[in-house]
Order: sequence, then structure tokens, then C-alpha cells
Amino acid sequence: MALFDFLQHLLGLQKPSATTARERLQLVLAHDRSDLNPELLERMRREILEVVQKYVEIDIESGDVSLATDDRVTALVANLPIRRARPLPNNSPETSSKSNQCGQEVRALVENQEMPQPSPTQIAEVLEVQDAAIEPNSSP
Amino acid sequence: MTATSARVILICSGKGGVGKTTLTANLGIALARLGESTVVLDADFGLRNLDLLLGLENRIVYNAQDVLEATCRLEQALVKHKQEPNLSLLPAGNARMLDWLTSDDMKKIVGMVAERANFVLIDCPAGIETGFRNAAAAAKEAIVITTPEMAAVRDADRVIGLLHSQEVAPIQMVLNRVRPKMVANQEMLGVSDVTDILALPLLGLVLEDEQVITSTNRGEPLTLQGTLSPAGRAYMNVARRLRGEEVALIDPTRERQGLRARLMGKIRRTTGLF
Repeated sequence: MALFDFLQHLLGLQKPSATTARERLQLVLAHDRSDLNPELLERMRREILEVVQKYVEIDIESGDVSLATDDRVTALVANLPIRRARPLPNNSPETSSKSNQCGQEVRALVENQEMPQPSPTQIAEVLEVQDAAIEPNSSP
Repeated sequence: MTATSARVILICSGKGGVGKTTLTANLGIALARLGESTVVLDADFGLRNLDLLLGLENRIVYNAQDVLEATCRLEQALVKHKQEPNLSLLPAGNARMLDWLTSDDMKKIVGMVAERANFVLIDCPAGIETGFRNAAAAAKEAIVITTPEMAAVRDADRVIGLLHSQEVAPIQMVLNRVRPKMVANQEMLGVSDVTDILALPLLGLVLEDEQVITSTNRGEPLTLQGTLSPAGRAYMNVARRLRGEEVALIDPTRERQGLRARLMGKIRRTTGLF
């Protein structure tokens, strides 16, 4: 151990590298392992479509729900072209105005159940990826 | 020795360079020394090295491919080890081969070999592609070898996932190249860190040992020596545990090279004696 590292370690400024390695590994493996089996994904796809169909009329044939792994976060990406909004009694103005446009994407992110409680720095990283995943498609 | 009870064990790691072939060679010799008739199968033909580690590189004439094509008989392709006649090597193919042996071919050749041995060890190619999958198809159980490094542990995890899906069981783990001093200083993942993360039973623990390199230079696995070096002992213990013996694991935080061992090592190096 270099003297500088040693001093930092002594002063409690730096975690031992083995701890960092363990934390990083646990996080990365949670994601590596999260590939859902096709059956479960199909069940989830059907349920998501059912929920979305309560609010809008969607094109089921061209709809697509899949997992995208961005090396840190497993994202569930749903691409559901909307035909038109369903006239619901308490439809908020915001939803109706947005849902009138066709081909709009609905995106959701799932976090892995097994994922350990992230430390503050890791939360920041996860949020960054989530933002990046949503931004390109969030504009109607 | 019953023909059908041969244990077919896949030795794999995912990542290359973590010690698969060294483990296969040492375990093969160790099992042979314990009286088990053993065949080591080098499933990697493009980058095969098991012959080198066993010092058998000049004695290979045929390979598994030749046996499958009936160019030769199985006995002709099996290369018997000089000092340990209980051990034979069978290379899967040569570097001129274009394709991996199919999983059916692997099953067929392993089935043939299993009829004449107690243990069949398959030295798996690195990676998780065709070569690995075809080799895994022929195995009943597996030993995953890894080092306490992040990349090795991550790749081992992928391999374990695939082995589970191919219903290979039991899967045990050998942790290789542990540096006790670094573990004690918390600068290297410890044994329990790795076993917890990978959730596998630990079959063996091998400390970093320079003699692994010198033994490779000579083509004489460590387990062949009369007095065993620390790594040699560790490999021998893996063999014993595989056979069901209860052998206690060493404690890496206590296992520092003693003064005597260091002195003897120095004398050995400077004088070139024994």
C-alpha cells in the first residue's frame, strides 16, 4: 500500500479497496442476473397492456415490451403506439392532450429486487442513467 | 472400479488466465496419485495447453476427433503420463480444426472415456460460447475456478448461471491466487466475500505461489513433487475433498510464509539444489 493510500485509509478518508470491490460487484451482478425469463416477461407484457388499455386505445400488434440493459440499470422499455385516448370520466387534461398523439412511447424502469441498497454516489449514477434513458423519447 | 460410475467434471472459469488448466493438470496428477484412474480431456483445441503443463506435448499423435472419425482407436489417442500411469491425456483436436466438437461429439467421446476411468476432467475453453457450452453438455458436475478479482468473479457468475440452466450439478468452487497479506489489509476480496457473492461451496483455496510458474516451465505439475509446496498441497487437498475426504481449509490470513520456508526458498534459488 502506498504511503498516501495508507494515510487516507488511517484517517478514514478512503474505504478499503476490497469493500469497494465487493459493493461494485454486488451491484453489477444484480444487473447481470436480472435477465427475466421469457415467460415472466410475457406475463408482465400482457398486464402492462391491460393497464394501459384502460386509459388509451393502443395498437397491440405493433406494441412491444422488452428489456434493455444499460450496463448499470435494467430498463423495461415499452413501445406502445397509441391510436387515441379513451373517453374516461375523470381524464385529467394533461393526459388527454398528450395521449392524442400517435406513436408515443411509454417507458418504465424496473429496479431489480435483488439490488442492494445503493450508497449515495450509486444513487446518483442510477438516476443519471434513468434520465438518459427517458430523455430521448420523453418529448411527444 | 465400475465402468458407469465415472465422475465427469467440467473445469471452467469464464475468464481466461485464472488457472483452469493448472488446476486440471494438478488435479489430474493428484487423483492419479491417490489411485484413481483419471483422464484429462483438453476441450480447447485452438489454444490447448494442458499437454504443455503435463509435459506431454511431444507425445500427442491422435486426438478425440480422430477417435470419432475412427482414424484410430481410443487407446491410441490416450497419452499416458510417464510418472503417473493412472493419468491419461486426451486432446479434443488440433489447431487446424475449423469447428468445435459438437455437443453430441463431446458426449460420445466422454462416454467412451468414462468407461475406462474413475474420473474424467474436462479442461474447458475460456468464454461462454460454443466451446464452453458443448463441453458443459458432456459434464455431470463442475468446478468453477476464480481469483479474488472483480472481472474473474463476474465472469464466474455468468458461467454459474449457464451451468445451472444446463442442469450441471453439483457446482463447486476453487478460489485461486489468494494473497493473504492483501486480504489481511482489506486490499483484496476475501474468501467469504467471493463465496457469498457466488453462493457456491468452496472446494479449495490456493494461495499465490511462484512455484506454479516454475512447475509449468518444467512441465511437471506441483502435485507430482515428493514434498509438496503450499499450492501443491492445496491442489492435493482439492483432490481429497473431491473423493469425499474431510480436509480442513487453510486460513489465508494466518498462512504467511514462515521464516523457514522463505529461507529454504532462497537457498533453493541461489544454489539450484533440490
